[in-house]
Amino acid sequence: MRDNSELIHFIFGRLTWDAIPFHVPILVYTFIVVAILGIALLGTITWMGKWGYLWREWFTSVDHKKIGIMYMVLGIIMMLRGFSDAVMMRLQQAMAFGGSTGYLPPEHYDQIFTAHGVIMIFFVAMPMVVGLMNVVMPLQIGARDVAFPFLNNFSFWMTVAGAVLVMLSLFVGEFARTGWLAYPPLSGIAYSPDAGVDYYIWSLQIAGVGTLLSGVNMVVTIIKMRAPGMTLMKMPIFTWTALCTNVLIVAAFPVLTAVLVLLSLDRYVGTAFFTNDFGGNPMMYVNLIWIWGHPEVYILILPLFGVFSEVVSTFCGKKLFGYASMVYATVVITILSYLVWLHHFFTMGSGASVNSFFGITTMIISIPTGAKMFNWLFTMYRGRINFDVPMLWTMGFMFTFVIGGMTGVLLAVPPADFELHNSLFLVAHFHNVIIGGVLFGLFAGINYWFPKAIGFRLDAFWGKVSFWFWLSGFWFAFMPLYILGLMGVTRRLSHFDDPSLQIWFQIAAFGAGLIFLGILAFLMQIYVSIRNRASLRDHTGDIWGGRTLEWSTSSPPPDYNFAFTPLVHELDAWADMKQRGYQRPVQGFLPIHMPKNTGAGVILAFLAMACGFAMIWHIWWMAGASFVGLIGSAIVHTFNYHRDFHIPAEEVARIEDTRSRLLAQL
Amino acid sequence: MLPRVLRRLSMSLLALLMSGCSAVVLHPSGDVALQQRNLIIASTVLMLLIIVPVMVLTGWFAWHYRQSNTKAHYDPDWHHSTGLELVIWSAPLLIIIALGAMTWIATHTLDPYRPLGRLAATRPVPEGTKPLKVQVVALDWKWLFVYPDYGFATVNELAAPVDVPIEFQITASSVMNSFFIPALAGQIYAMPAMETQLHAVINQPGNYEGFSANYSGAGFSDMHFRFLGKSQADFDAWVQSVKSGGGALTREGYLALARPSEREPVKHYAEVAPGLYDLILNLCVQPGKMCLRDMMKIDAKGGLGMAGVHNVGRLAYDRPPALNAGQSEPPTGLAYVLALCATPGPLWSPAPPAAAAGN
Amino acid sequence: MSTHATDAMNAPPAQGFYLTEEHHPENGTMLGFWIYLMSDCLLFAVLFAMYGVLGGNYAAGPGPKDLFELPTVLLNTSMLLLSSITYGFAMLEMARQRKGATLLWLAITGCFGVAFVSLELTEFAHFIHDGAGPQRSAFLSSFFAVVGCHGVHVTAGLLWLGTMMAQIQVKGFRPTIQRRMLCFNLFWHTLDIIWVALFTVVYMLGAGA
Ligand code: HEM
Ligand SMILES: [Cu+2]
Ligand SMILES: [Cu+2]
Repeated sequence: MRDNSELIHFIFGRLTWDAIPFHVPILVYTFIVVAILGIALLGTITWMGKWGYLWREWFTSVDHKKIGIMYMVLGIIMMLRGFSDAVMMRLQQAMAFGGSTGYLPPEHYDQIFTAHGVIMIFFVAMPMVVGLMNVVMPLQIGARDVAFPFLNNFSFWMTVAGAVLVMLSLFVGEFARTGWLAYPPLSGIAYSPDAGVDYYIWSLQIAGVGTLLSGVNMVVTIIKMRAPGMTLMKMPIFTWTALCTNVLIVAAFPVLTAVLVLLSLDRYVGTAFFTNDFGGNPMMYVNLIWIWGHPEVYILILPLFGVFSEVVSTFCGKKLFGYASMVYATVVITILSYLVWLHHFFTMGSGASVNSFFGITTMIISIPTGAKMFNWLFTMYRGRINFDVPMLWTMGFMFTFVIGGMTGVLLAVPPADFELHNSLFLVAHFHNVIIGGVLFGLFAGINYWFPKAIGFRLDAFWGKVSFWFWLSGFWFAFMPLYILGLMGVTRRLSHFDDPSLQIWFQIAAFGAGLIFLGILAFLMQIYVSIRNRASLRDHTGDIWGGRTLEWSTSSPPPDYNFAFTPLVHELDAWADMKQRGYQRPVQGFLPIHMPKNTGAGVILAFLAMACGFAMIWHIWWMAGASFVGLIGSAIVHTFNYHRDFHIPAEEVARIEDTRSRLLAQL
Repeated sequence: MLPRVLRRLSMSLLALLMSGCSAVVLHPSGDVALQQRNLIIASTVLMLLIIVPVMVLTGWFAWHYRQSNTKAHYDPDWHHSTGLELVIWSAPLLIIIALGAMTWIATHTLDPYRPLGRLAATRPVPEGTKPLKVQVVALDWKWLFVYPDYGFATVNELAAPVDVPIEFQITASSVMNSFFIPALAGQIYAMPAMETQLHAVINQPGNYEGFSANYSGAGFSDMHFRFLGKSQADFDAWVQSVKSGGGALTREGYLALARPSEREPVKHYAEVAPGLYDLILNLCVQPGKMCLRDMMKIDAKGGLGMAGVHNVGRLAYDRPPALNAGQSEPPTGLAYVLALCATPGPLWSPAPPAAAAGN
Repeated sequence: MSTHATDAMNAPPAQGFYLTEEHHPENGTMLGFWIYLMSDCLLFAVLFAMYGVLGGNYAAGPGPKDLFELPTVLLNTSMLLLSSITYGFAMLEMARQRKGATLLWLAITGCFGVAFVSLELTEFAHFIHDGAGPQRSAFLSSFFAVVGCHGVHVTAGLLWLGTMMAQIQVKGFRPTIQRRMLCFNLFWHTLDIIWVALFTVVYMLGAGA
């Protein structure tokens, strides 16, 4: 008997039936729904015989455009999960007053806000930003692909592996109940002994490796692979922001990796970094995680600043006003974003001089940000503004983001922050900039580049419906939180005593309902566009009258992006080419050297995920085996020397001729 | 019909806004919070100086330069103007210079560590005023207040006389919290093994809300307490009632109190074990544990050498707060450093020397 | 900027819209690896910072003076530095396209590396056996973390070295493999530099102060 239980413990670690939440009806129903949907999806794919196609053309693809699209799909799926969490919180907080404790006990509520934060940041915003950069940036610089195509595929699958681990925590065990940054001592083994924090650690570590490698990849791509003639100051603004973001990634994510390693050591080995009894110091964790965390918010927003710049100039039919000052502003923000982290914990009791230093550096960041705002504004000045969907999102951004920026600067005044820190005012502030900036920017970017990536436009009607629901939903959902913050209501509460607050939470819940409609309209937009793709198709490749190189090739671009690498003479290279009477080359095609697809990324990421899962549940044999497998497969992969091939000149000619015919029909 | 609906709507909106006006952050009752409120308003107004024009211009340009307005001037090549660029960069710069100066000054005058210079805008602290000292401990999930000068303690109830400066010393027993009474003054973290300080004064008698503003686990939502601002006479009466209520907070009593609990009712202790707050701060209420203060002294001299390696004990129990049914406790209690020459007390059991910390 | 690009920039064809020959941007592997190394240095920077903050917290346990034996560490240091020198010889032999000699020097490099890791592990085992494991104090936690992290890097480097030897044996000096040798060179030297910093900050200052 005893031997048996030891054997079981050896095989399954601390994973037992108790970890499966049979006793929690919500989770059981969720599981059933997810399972049915999952089976339906997998069944459809099987029935349509698409597995081979998906594997060959997508999962193993090293094409930056396809990887970018897969990142976007991942982000959209995870947004549904993150948003469900948000709705659950909104309902709980609208209900749980006085005697009523709502429908979520703290142990669930606390998991939900943690999961919501983690998922929205790491598995919605990050994948979508990285995805957008993947699709657009190589096209903008006139490259055939990124510098390390295989690494790109691997990075994507590592991100997926992290996301899968987070999703698993819903049905196997639990997620962390610590808040999205998992401050110790609460996240230490003494106060969070179960698997939740371990899920947190391993999903972020695994996804973090992907992010870091993708950052290296893109920096090298931008530095080394620009089309001839594209000097730094002739680089499209989106590419500039992508460069800065990826520099930030490379310079910030190692800190996250390190701090999570130290937290794991505390939890697994019993070291004393962030516990007090043996001389450790939890404040170090708070400092380090924000040294990563603040740059992280600029990692998220900078590329979207780039998107807005592209959209504004395209839809105003004008050059971007103040390109150079835009570039300097971006660079200044990049550098300054390392000097402000302490504004997240003015209330820790650092001295007045330290606090004011970090407060003032934070305010200084608003100068270049303000300059950007003005640049967009003066791009509109004397323009011909076409309020198509991407421009609508941009307008929504301009009106919303300034408010978020203002409240952000307010929070940077330390004595003001003493009153507002950790309050719902803060929650309103960061959603104000994240939704009004990052999400609106992503939607602008999706609507703008969808035709380029897929070949047909997104339906404008549903796009507008989605926009208006999101915009109004955002204001309804978060303005009440500003007010609640001023009423002294703090964040992460699962119920309240004061009934006079309830109305505000109900308004916020109504706002979340509007956002829900906005999300539905977005899904509808995609569905309708796919249905009507024939009429929405774009054969010109330059549907908006774009100004940068991605619009010079077909939509969707061929695998090799450009039959001939463009030569750049001006900023806004494509606008310049059009002006100088560009003629598309129709002959003299050459074979094109391309990287080959490989399944190695999927395999490696799967092994990493297995290793993470085993570590979470203390299944040591499996952790060891999958780790050895991981290293082994990586080594085997380095012996693969057949990583590229040539697209024959005839094939290129055939593809280009097809395009010539389509263009002639216009 | 429609106008009536609109009127009803606007009425209820107005009512909402009025209730918004009861926002405690905007209507505090203590001088420090009041100054912080004024700072919030001043900074906001300063920023609105630039935000409002930007929003108006955005709206105006968007309207005027819409595609359908063919009368508007269209200049596709206009993309640079040195003069405008200067304005673009210097306008925010000027605002930030003003705001930065304000920040620097206010951060220093409102430094929570700095003893108060005034009771209210026009009233400096009278010469020779003795501030009220309160030692605050955030426990899982309640607040302990020790009044060192009076020798008593309370749980989840804090009182102070009006117009008397209060000096808080703040720490926590297990995880990080934040000590916050919005009506009185801004918050400051309560952290285990560390002390933060706060100076404040309450100007109006009243019954105010206080709570933890930093998430600390399952019982966090109910971790509030009442802060009573009382006239000097009422405060004295309150002190008397606590003092005569009996009960003592011993070290053992504290350890029992520190175990996780939610919605703890108000408790009064007429007496407190001597130096209890100090022991809490130094993580050595537990008999037999070495105080951090002593540990730091030893460390400053280079540690205890190899002789010190086995000077480790293990708590016989621990208090993991948020364990659900069905989840196991950590296999062993937490390790800690033994006090020198300690005799084993009932609350701990020494670990076998070979075992190291952790699991 | 690639050389192609600069050429093109200096003399742009009057009407040139595109390159008529295939564009070969300069290979980015070295740059990419260098960027990765910089990010790795940041990882070490964090661990050093932890050591800087926690290095004096012995928790009434042993301190560096009680633990560190400088002669052993010096021996260890020389192993690592020697391995860098021998790796340099391997690079020289590779430049002469001499496979056997290259492999020999690589093997010697590997032996020094293994010696380094073994000595370090012995030191660790010794500490742990004496009760001065990473759990005993924050000082020891950060000591094990920063030195251990370096050790893990050296171990990974050894695996890489072995793989490269096999590849040279099987595939000869292909351009990819030569690039990997160059990357490894960077890697190994970076580890040297980090070790020198470790030796100074952790061991010398610790045992001396
Ligand atoms: C789409 C509509 C959204 C709604 C209705 C929503 C709602 C909420 C709510 C109710 C909370 C908890 C507030 C509290 O602690 O009391 C929260 C927290 C948070 N949200 Fe959102 N959210 C939304 C979108 C997003 C997005 C897009 C992001 C980031 C990309 C995001 C990031 C976060 C983070 C980081 C937290 C903090 C989690 C924590 O407390 O640890 N949210 N959100
Ligand atoms: Cu920040
Ligand atoms: Cu602290």
